[in-house]
This record gives sequence, structure tokens and C-alpha cells, in this order.
Amino acid sequence: MKPVRLLLFSCISLGILCFQTVDAKPSTDLFFGEAIFYAHKGEYFDAISRLDAELGQYHGLDEPGLDSLHQFIDSAQFSVGDFELYYRMHQRAGRAIKSVIEGNVDPVVRNEAIYRLAKILLQKNQPVNALHAIERIEGAIPDEIRDDIEYVKAVIFMVNGRPTDAIEILSGLQGSNTHGGFAAYNLGIALLQLGEDANGILQLDKAGTTSGSDEGTRSIRDKANLALGYKLLETGEPELAKKYLDRVQLNGAFSNRALLGSGWADIALKRYDRALVPWTILAKRNVTDRAVQEVLLGVPFAYGKLGLHGKSAVLYGRALESFNTELSKLDASIKSIQDGKFLEALAREELKQDKNWVIKLRDLPEAPETHYLMHLMASHDFQESLQNYFDLEEMRKRLLKWEVDIASYQELVNIRREYYKPLLPVIEKKFQLLDSRMRLRIEQRDSLENKLQSMLIAPRPEFLATVAERVDGYRVERLERKVKHLPLTNQSRQQVERLRGVLKWNILTEFHDRLTQAFKRLRELDGVVADLKETYRSFVRTRQAATQSYEGYDAPLNTLKFKVQDSMERIKSAMLRQGHMLETMAVNELDKRRKRIEGDQIKARFALAESYDRAQKAQEDAKFKKAAEERANQARVLAEEMEKKSAEAAKVEAETKAKSEPNKESNAVEQPREEIKK
Amino acid sequence: MKQNLFISALIICLSTFAGKSIAQEVSKAQIKGLDEQVQEIKKDVLGISAELALLEEKLLYPSNTQVSIFVSFADKDGFRLDAMDIKLDGKEVVHHLYTAKELDALRNGGVQKIYTGNIRTGEHQLEVIFLGKSALGGSYKEKATHTITKGVKPKLVEVKVAGSALGDAIEFKEW
Repeated sequence: MKPVRLLLFSCISLGILCFQTVDAKPSTDLFFGEAIFYAHKGEYFDAISRLDAELGQYHGLDEPGLDSLHQFIDSAQFSVGDFELYYRMHQRAGRAIKSVIEGNVDPVVRNEAIYRLAKILLQKNQPVNALHAIERIEGAIPDEIRDDIEYVKAVIFMVNGRPTDAIEILSGLQGSNTHGGFAAYNLGIALLQLGEDANGILQLDKAGTTSGSDEGTRSIRDKANLALGYKLLETGEPELAKKYLDRVQLNGAFSNRALLGSGWADIALKRYDRALVPWTILAKRNVTDRAVQEVLLGVPFAYGKLGLHGKSAVLYGRALESFNTELSKLDASIKSIQDGKFLEALAREELKQDKNWVIKLRDLPEAPETHYLMHLMASHDFQESLQNYFDLEEMRKRLLKWEVDIASYQELVNIRREYYKPLLPVIEKKFQLLDSRMRLRIEQRDSLENKLQSMLIAPRPEFLATVAERVDGYRVERLERKVKHLPLTNQSRQQVERLRGVLKWNILTEFHDRLTQAFKRLRELDGVVADLKETYRSFVRTRQAATQSYEGYDAPLNTLKFKVQDSMERIKSAMLRQGHMLETMAVNELDKRRKRIEGDQIKARFALAESYDRAQKAQEDAKFKKAAEERANQARVLAEEMEKKSAEAAKVEAETKAKSEPNKESNAVEQPREEIKK
Repeated sequence: MKQNLFISALIICLSTFAGKSIAQEVSKAQIKGLDEQVQEIKKDVLGISAELALLEEKLLYPSNTQVSIFVSFADKDGFRLDAMDIKLDGKEVVHHLYTAKELDALRNGGVQKIYTGNIRTGEHQLEVIFLGKSALGGSYKEKATHTITKGVKPKLVEVKVAGSALGDAIEFKEW
């Protein structure tokens, strides 16, 4: 049961799980938008870095509700998990999404988070945990991912050996725009998994005839027909199997295996000449493909079955030559990997810009034959390891740049310190002087305001006397003191009193106007004071900026420098291990292929010998047959000649008998008979 | 002595042969273990990146002089942005040519931080010129100016680009 389940699991199409796109929704928050920008460019490190910083700032706010990120916070938290998932940080992505699930959130948000978590667990090959997660979905589901959730749920059920549940869901997804094709195919596989072979075959037949000309639909069709063809070959129905295998496109990814299977179906039906049709096409393709290598033995086998042992032997000979060449290539590739050329080639930037970089890799000098590694390179484990290697390399480059940056910042800080440090004490001294004068003036202004305010309650007109009036007042006072001791007339005394009176009169009668004026002036003064205060603050800020431009950086820069160095060491060590792991995987794969070819080589040698024997035997048989026929012919000719000669002799004898003596005639007739006998 | 040397040579030969033909197995546990280590390294390097970014901003673009310009798409359909020029107080500060990936990112709601620099407090002239292709394939060039007032806080300006000449092709929004 277990191998069957494994085989079926390998057939399950994960569909969208393999072709994901960034799910982050557009936002109007600039920094979240910036993270989305990087994510859509495929630069997930920068996307996470920016969104992490933005989320950190948001959570540190006193009133996060006022921040522009607030209305997108759920989406942002999901997105950071998503980006981490793309950056293969599954542990952190899982934790981020779990925290959303466990939080007090709307069921729609919660269900979306559960779906994403289940997807992570499925990708991380934890089907049981994925099942536990997906079963927690209850209540409202976001419309836009309804089909996605259903599809993932069906895949999880299939992987966990629950085809009945999967069939129920997949049946409902047959009309889905996004998952219709994958659902049709997986439904067929699920039915086979359940043991309903007839229904499974019917369903795969349906999936194999899905209409549509896009690449995805064509691929699903081919996959369904191939799976169906091999299934029927397995169950002993080669005629039907051939029908499905022949439906597979001749230039698609599954064409080689389809051509191979189609030939085997003919062989099973003992139609050796017809098997040669697909196999001859396949034999001309890239010899590194396993199906092509198999067919190199298949074609001479079919010729052998047709009795053309000579042709068969020649083709076995060619197959042997080809296997020898491939073995040499494999040996060279293994050597190239062991010499570190594979990793060197992998790290080349220009290759990564090309979609077919894996193929192009083989064109590099001394790089291994990557056609043999295609299957391995498509595997999840290798891809994860390879991506980790690329990520480590990218981080190494970042750290190298940061090392240079940090050194530059340290130099920058030192230059600023050298510039500002001698200047600042002088500026500080002047500032202190100005600061004390400014404080004095502000105190004076405050005192004036207090006096004016108090005059509103208890008027003191003399406080508002002008300078001229005060001077005049002192003069009048002096006059008053003098007139006391002088023998003056009353008129003169009255004149002095009148002067005093005029002064008082003016001060008293103009008091209200003067008070109004004084308040007006005070407001004007306030404007000047405000400007002064702004200049003061600006100066304080500039002074602070100057100080902050070099103070407080040494410790963090040194810490960062240490962290960068430490990370660099860890990256170097991880890269060595990761690289070694990749090399080992590649060498293992090549070794596996090598062993298979060696096996094929042995088969080819035996088959070649056998074909030679048969061809030789056939040749000898033909020779013997020919010799016997020749001998028989010779005997026949001889007998005919004998008969002819004896007839002639008889005729001569009769004639001679009639003409000459009887004894002489008999002797003459006996002579040729003896000759014939001899 | 000779026998020992022979045995040593034989062992070396055998081990070399074994190394070449029988590769070591890579277990799932090894792959998982190393993957977890790589994830830890990523976490730490992301931490360094965040710290360094904060420090850089403080050191190179203090808030009292910082100005940042962001580009976003208002109209996402059919329009292709080819190039963007930005002038600040008459001086060109950005000339950017767009890649297909960047356009895709902008169409999907991404916001590009196109420029970060330092300016004095007060008023400044911002001039934006973009070149593109409209949905019908015609070349399309637009220019717009905007006055920004720089205060003590960092100044963030969003330049919203639309592909339609019917409305405002360039909108400015200060944050």
C-alpha cells in the first residue's frame, strides 16, 4: 500500500502551490507600498527589512490608530509572513501567521491566516500538521481565496490518504477558473488512490481532453494522458495505453516518456515494426535523457524481434558507443563538481538573468553536464538548498558592502567631530552670552506686562509718563524746592504750581490712551520675542544637529561592525556546508545515472553478442542452405547431362549398330558409359 | 616496513576510489538542520540591515533636512512608464529608467522610493517629468511642478503618475 501511496503522491499536482505570486494587496501607506514594490521585484530581503522596520515603528507608537498603516495592519502582518515565506524563512513566517491566528481578529482574517499557514506546512512536507491547520477553518471565508482554500484542502487530504474527502472537494472545483485543470487531474488521481480505477481512468481521460491552448492547460493535458497511459500499461491494456500516450504533445516536457511508453505498448502487442516509429523519433533526441537512453536499447531490440539481427547488432554497437561517451561525460562532470567548478558556475550573476540558466551552465568551460542534473535540480530539496546557497551568497555580498559602508561612516563621524569639536566651544560661549541677555529681556518684558495688567485694576498714570514729562517733572520739583527759600512773588509761585498742574493734567487725561498704546506695543514686542525664540530654537536645533552628527555613533557602529564580521564568518561556514551538500547531491545524482548507464552498457554488450551470434548463425545457415542448393543444382545438372549423354550414346549405338559390326559397336558404346560412371 | 607502506597506499587508493564512485548520502535531517541554520543567519542579517538603515538615515539624512520622493501609479492599466526625471530647485536629482519588473511592481500597488536627500527648511520647487507610452501605443510626456515647504520633520512627497492625459497626469501628495 505504501509504495502505491507514494507513487500517487508523486503524481499529485500541487498546482498553484508551485506557481505562487505575491499576495500583498496595494496600500496607500508609503512604506508598506515600498515593501510591496520590492516584493514584486522579487527582492524579498529588502521587502522584509522595510516592512519589519515599518511594523516596528507602528507598534512603538502611542496612538497607532493615527498612523497611515493602521487600516492596512492586518494585510501588512500577513505580507511580512508571506515575504518571509518567499525568502524561505518558514519558521518566522509560520510564527508571524500563527500570531495573527491566535490574536483577536475577524474570522475572515483568521481563516486567511490559517490557509496560509496550512500552505506553509504543506510545502515544508508536514502534511499532518497542514491537515490539523486547515481543519481549523470555520465561518466566513474571503471570496477571492475561496477556491484556493478548497484546492489546498483537497491536496492536503490526498497527501494524508483521505481521497474520499479530496474527491468531494475536487468535484466541486471542476468549474473553477483558477484550479479547474489541476482539480480535474487530481480528481482522477484521487479516484485511482481510492481504488475506483474505472472512474479514475474516465476522469483522467476527461482531464486529458480539457480544451484550451495555454501552456498550463496543455501541460495538464499531457500529464493526465501520460499518467493514464502508464497506468493502462501497468494493468495490461497496451492498445488503450497507446491511444493516450499518443495524445501527448511531441514537443512538450512529457513527450520523451510518452514516446517511450508508446513504443512499449507496441512491443507488448508484438507490433515490433510499429514500435520503431516513436522510438526512432525518441532515439534522435538528447541522449542524456533517461528515456532516450532506454530507447537506444529498445530500437535494436525491436529490430532483433523483426529478425534483422545484423541491423540490431549495429545499433547495439552504436548504443554502446553512446553509453561510453556519456560515461566519459559523467566522469568529467563528477570531476568538475569535485573540483568546485559547479559552485563557481552557480554563483555567476549573468546566468541568473537567464530563464534557462541551468541549461546555459553546461556551456561554461569545465562546468558539469547539467542535463543529467535537470531532474535533481527540479527536486524540492535541491531547489531549497540551491536557493539557500544563493541567499547566503547574496547576504555575503551585502555584508561585504556594509563593511565598507561602516568604515566610511566611521570616517565621516571622525571628520565631523574634527570639524565641529573646536568650533562648538566658541559658539557655545557666544550662545551663553546671548542666552543670558535674551533671558533678561524676556524677564523685562514679563515685568512690563505684569505692571500693565495691574494698572488695569489700580491705575498708576505716572507709570506711563513720557521721558520728557519725567524730565519736566524733575525740573518742576527743583523749582518748587528753590521757590520755597526765595522771596518770590505769588505770581511766580503760581506759575510753578501751574507747571506742575499741566504736567499732572496731561498724564492723567492721556492715561487710557497711553495704556492702550502700551498694550499695543507689548503685542508688537511679543512678535519680536517670538521671532527671537524661533531663532533661539533653530540655533539650539542646529547646535544639537551638529553635536548629533558625530556623537553617539561610535558604539553602535562598532557593534554593527562586530555583528557584520560575526555574520560573515557564519555565512562563510554555512556556504561551505551548503555548497558541499549541493556538490554531494549533484555527484550522487550523476553517480546514480552513471550506474544506470553502466547497467545499460552491460545489457547492450550481451545483446550485441547475442545479436552477432544470431546474425552469424543466420549467415551460416544461409551459406549452408546456399551450398546445399548449389550442390543439389550441380547434381541435377550432372544427372541431366548424364541422361542427355546416355540418350545420345544410345542413339549413336543404334546408328552404329545399324552401320558397323556388332562387337565393335558394343565396345564403342561401353566406352562412354565407363567415362560417365567415372 | 615495505608491507606497511603498501597497505597505506592501498588504503589511500581505495578511499580515493570510494570518494569518487560512492558519494556520501545527504539525509533529510542534514538538509533540514542546515536550512534552519540559514534561516537563523537570515534573521540576524535582517536585524543588522534594520539597525544599519536607521543609523544611516540618522547620519546621512537627519529629519530636519530629510526629503524623500516616492512614485506610485494611479492608473495601472495599459500605461507604460519609461523614464522619470526629477528636479529639485532646478537641479536634476533623479534620472531613472524603468525595468519591466519595476513597472510590474508599480502596477501591483508598489511604491518606489525614488529619491532621498537633504534640503534646508523653507520652500523648494519640485519638478517632475516622465516619459511613457499610452495604452494605444503613443509616446507620452508629462511635466508638473510643485512647491514643497520643508519643516523640521522629514518631508515625504508622493508623485502619483496616471497614464491618462485626460485628467491630471501627475499628482503630488505630501505626507
